[in-house]
Amino acid sequence: MTGTFFKQHGLKLLVHLGALFPAAVMVWRLVRGSYLDPIRQMTTDSGNTALVLLGLTLTCTPLARFLGFQAALKIRRTLGLYTFAYAAWHMLIFVGWDYGFAWDLLVPALFAQRFVVAGLVAFVILLALALTSTRGWQQRLGQWWKWLQRWVYAAAGLVVLHVLWLSKTPDKALRYGVLLILLLVLRWVPARTKKQNH
Amino acid sequence: MIPIRASEITPEHIYLSRRKFMVGLGAAALLAACGRLAETPELPVEELDSPTMPDATTLPEGTAAPEPLSTPRPTPTVKPDVKTAFDAVTGYVNYYEFSLDKEAAAVLADESLQVSPWTVTVGGLVNKPRVFDIEELLKFEQEERVYRMRCVEGWSMVIPWLGFPLSRLLKEVEPLSNAKYVRFQTLADPDQMPGLAEMTFPWPYIEGLRLDEAMHDLTLIATGLYGWSLRPSNGAPLRLVVPWKYGFKSLKSIVRIDLVEEQPTTFWMASGAGEYGFWANVNPEVPHRRWSQATERRIGETRRIPTLLFNGYAEEVADLYPDLTNRDWFF
Repeated sequence: MTGTFFKQHGLKLLVHLGALFPAAVMVWRLVRGSYLDPIRQMTTDSGNTALVLLGLTLTCTPLARFLGFQAALKIRRTLGLYTFAYAAWHMLIFVGWDYGFAWDLLVPALFAQRFVVAGLVAFVILLALALTSTRGWQQRLGQWWKWLQRWVYAAAGLVVLHVLWLSKTPDKALRYGVLLILLLVLRWVPARTKKQNH
Repeated sequence: MIPIRASEITPEHIYLSRRKFMVGLGAAALLAACGRLAETPELPVEELDSPTMPDATTLPEGTAAPEPLSTPRPTPTVKPDVKTAFDAVTGYVNYYEFSLDKEAAAVLADESLQVSPWTVTVGGLVNKPRVFDIEELLKFEQEERVYRMRCVEGWSMVIPWLGFPLSRLLKEVEPLSNAKYVRFQTLADPDQMPGLAEMTFPWPYIEGLRLDEAMHDLTLIATGLYGWSLRPSNGAPLRLVVPWKYGFKSLKSIVRIDLVEEQPTTFWMASGAGEYGFWANVNPEVPHRRWSQATERRIGETRRIPTLLFNGYAEEVADLYPDLTNRDWFF
C-alpha cells in the first residue's frame, strides 16, 4: 500500500519537501534571531533558492531526453512554480521590507541599478509563465504557449546578469552562466539528432 | 585580549562622567561629530520644527502670513544614532582574507588569526622609522569614539571604537616634508588566512590616505570596541577607522604603514574592476557604478535611512577637498 503510494507520489513528495525546506530554514533562522542582517541575508537566501530551483527546472527536460528519466517532466511545472514563489518572496523582501514600499526611494533605486532592472524583468517573465502554467491557459494559447514558456531561458540569462551585476566578484555568475549555456546547448542537440535519424 | 571591560574597571558613573569631561575638554570637531550620536538622548523632533516661524493664528490681524521662500521640503529624518548590537558588529564583517561570506569570515578570523605577538612597521619617508610592538601602541592614551560606519555595499553600523588618533602615531615617526600620502597594509599570511589562496585578488590588502586626511583628528587607529579589545573579526589587534569614507578604506589587522610621495594603488584599485577609486568619500548623490548610494540600511534597524554627505561628517572634513563638485572625490 505505502509502497505503491511512494512509487506514485514519492518524487512529487520529495520535490515539495525539498522546495519547502529552504523556506523553513529561513523562517527558523528569522524567528530564532540568528540572522545578523535579516533583510540582506533573507534576500540572498531567497534569491539563491530561486536560482537553484530555476536551474533544476531547466534540467528536467534534458534529464528526460538523455537519461530517459520521464518522471522529471512531471515535476517540471511544480519546480517552476516554486521558482516563481521564491522569486516573488525575494522581490517582496526587497520592495516591502528593505524599502518599506517607499516608491520615492524605489523608483530611483530601480533606475540607478542595472542589477535591479535585470532582476525585475526576469521576475516579470517568471510571473507571466507562472500565470499561464495552468492547463486552461495551455489550451487557450495553443502553439503560443510553448513559445511563451521558452522565455524561461531569457529569464535565466537575466538572472545570471542580475547576479553578475550585484556581486563583487564574477565567480558565481560565471558558474551559473556556464551551466545555463550548457543547458541551452542540450536543448538544441536532440532536435538535430532527430532530424538525422528520420 | 583584555578580558575586562574598561567600563568595569572604572565605576560606570565615573566612566561616563570622564567621557563627558573628555568630550567637553577636547576636540570640538569630535563633539560636533558625536553630538548626534548614541549618548545623545532621542531628539524631540517636533520641537525642532522651525520654532522661529510664527503660527498664522498668532499673527496680529491684518498681517499677511509670511510667505515661505520655497515650498518647504520635509527634511530627511535623521534618527539619532543607536549603537549597533555587539554581536552584529563582531559577527557581520567583510574580511576577504578569510571568506567572502560575512559571518563565515568572522568565525574563521576569530578562530585562526594570531594577534599576539604583533608588530607594525612604520617607515618610508619619515625621520624615525620604527617597528612598534602592539603593546607599545596600547600604551598610547585610548579614547572612545562612536562613529558611523558606512559600507559601500549599502549598509551601516554605529560603533563605539576604542583607539587613538592616527596622527599620534605618525608624529612619533616624524614624516618628512616630501611625504604626501600614507600607505597601509593588512597582514597577508596564507597559513592563517584561507581566503588568500581561494580568491584571486591582488593581495595583500593595501589602502591609502592623503597625509592631511591621515592627520585629521577623526582618523582613528582602533584597538578595541565596546570597551573590549578588538576581535580578530574586526581587524585585531589594530585597524584604521576613517568614518567619512566607505568602510573598505578602514583596513584591518595592519602590519605596515609607509609614508610615500606618490598616491598608493589600493587593493580595490588594483583589483582591476575599475569600480573603486582612491578617495571613496561617502556621497549619496554619487552612485557606485552598479548600485545607488542614496540610502542605507542600519544593521539591526528595519527602515532605510538617507545616506549623508561624508557620512554625516561634512562639517569636519569638507575642507579637505577643495572642489566638492568634482565627483572624483567620491569615487
